[in-house]
Amino acid sequence: MKKTIFSPPLEEAKAISAYGRQRRNMLKFFGASAAVITIGSACNHDDNPVTNSGGVNLGSGDVGILNYAYALEQLEAAFYEKVVASPYSGISAMESEYLTDIRNHEVAHREFFKAAITGAAPTQIIPALEVDFSSIDFASRASVLGTAKAFEDLGVTAYNGAGQLISTTGNGPTYLTLAGKIVSVEARHAALIADLISNGSFAATTDANGLDTANTPATVLGIAGKYIKTKIDASHLPS
Amino acid sequence: MNLQNIINEIEKVDPEVYDRFDSRRKVMKQFANLSGKLALAAVPLAVASMFSKAYGQTAADVTGVLNFALTLEYLEAEFYNNIVGSPGYLTAPAAAQGALTKIKDDENKHVAFLKSVLGAAAVAKPTFDFTAGNGSGMGPFAGYLVNYDVQLAMAQTFEDTGVRAYKGQAPNLQSNRTVLTAALNIHSVEARHASHIRQMRRSRNMLIPAGQTVKPWITLNQTGIDAGAANGAIQLSYNGEENTNQAGVNIIGLGGAFNDAAAASQAFDEPLTKAQVLTIVDPFIV
Repeated sequence: MKKTIFSPPLEEAKAISAYGRQRRNMLKFFGASAAVITIGSACNHDDNPVTNSGGVNLGSGDVGILNYAYALEQLEAAFYEKVVASPYSGISAMESEYLTDIRNHEVAHREFFKAAITGAAPTQIIPALEVDFSSIDFASRASVLGTAKAFEDLGVTAYNGAGQLISTTGNGPTYLTLAGKIVSVEARHAALIADLISNGSFAATTDANGLDTANTPATVLGIAGKYIKTKIDASHLPS
Repeated sequence: MNLQNIINEIEKVDPEVYDRFDSRRKVMKQFANLSGKLALAAVPLAVASMFSKAYGQTAADVTGVLNFALTLEYLEAEFYNNIVGSPGYLTAPAAAQGALTKIKDDENKHVAFLKSVLGAAAVAKPTFDFTAGNGSGMGPFAGYLVNYDVQLAMAQTFEDTGVRAYKGQAPNLQSNRTVLTAALNIHSVEARHASHIRQMRRSRNMLIPAGQTVKPWITLNQTGIDAGAANGAIQLSYNGEENTNQAGVNIIGLGGAFNDAAAASQAFDEPLTKAQVLTIVDPFIV
């Protein structure tokens, strides 16, 4: 894992009091209920964003989140394009049908983000990313489905975690709905892939409350980094 | 998490924070009560809701959405509670019984979770009529308890409707990031359920209209269900899913000819408004 891909360090738990200024600003803008919300998950906030070592800058604000989603969809689409182009040995007709459908969906997601970001912020769209699939054996069902499961589950946690980072004004609510339209399809994929690996494991990821998980961009990119050669700078994303 | 630290911080910018609650002691008592009862994951949410109440800020909106969600979860949970163990269910293979039991457990957890978050503001469970007869017990799904394929058709419709219902409410929860994230974390679980139920229906190949294939995802506005008299009502849960234009971008043909209207519609699930959902579930609520 390349540590330089993301910032700031996630595990840096800090005392609440370190957030003095930030917290006051948040209180002003969102009221206490919004501020309190950050307690459980906000330990990755940092008053001094790490000086980034470069790489493709996802940017800030809603465009940053759109670029973040675009980056993940690029990864997924590239993976399924390869899966469909060179199917693993012993693939069944139904598996082939489903994986082709998923390829179509992920390409649609990727191209949608490309078009949408180009329309909304043509100068801020990230370029095509270079992927690294050297750890995947595309001839092996177990390797392909295992990777697919990892990508789909990761995608679900990524969208679930990004929802709260989208702005509440302007196009924000529209973007949130769009993310919602995509994440449930990713969850449908995730369940299907899990079932192909082990029938009945479609929702094995749920916690004690029956909920899926949400991950921060730093966590998601930390995991996805293994498969992305291009260095990604996520340090300006909203938190 | 140290509640005292949090309150101290808030006090710096809002000296009246304690007055917003009844008293310092009451805050601590509320918190002690909550943390005693709730699973750890729910605690930040409960704290947020406590503060929402104290500040009265958008709490009504968020509470309204959560109660709407709770009503849907009551519906789903009771449906699965009814069918698991029913004569129809007992005709299903063991794997199918296991899946329905898993989904039943998830839905009951969602009910418990939302009730714990809402506390005293939680709405009571309505009385349901799963025949879709508005209390008559004579609706189009009369006999669902003995018919496994009808149970799966109903389960699919409830799950797909649930996915669309949560999706439609997400923008209404943006004022409370914790609640929004929790709702999204339920939303994707409903989609996982829908995906599996759809696979179960495909392998059974029952009550599926000619010319349609039931996949884990929704194709156009196809229900994939032929349930006779109930078809019109079921269709309401799928109308709008045929959309192929997202935020002004035409999805058809994107990236290749393989993205035809069917694929383009599958790639995005569509939201339902609260009013649309209430119309859909109305026949089930007495």
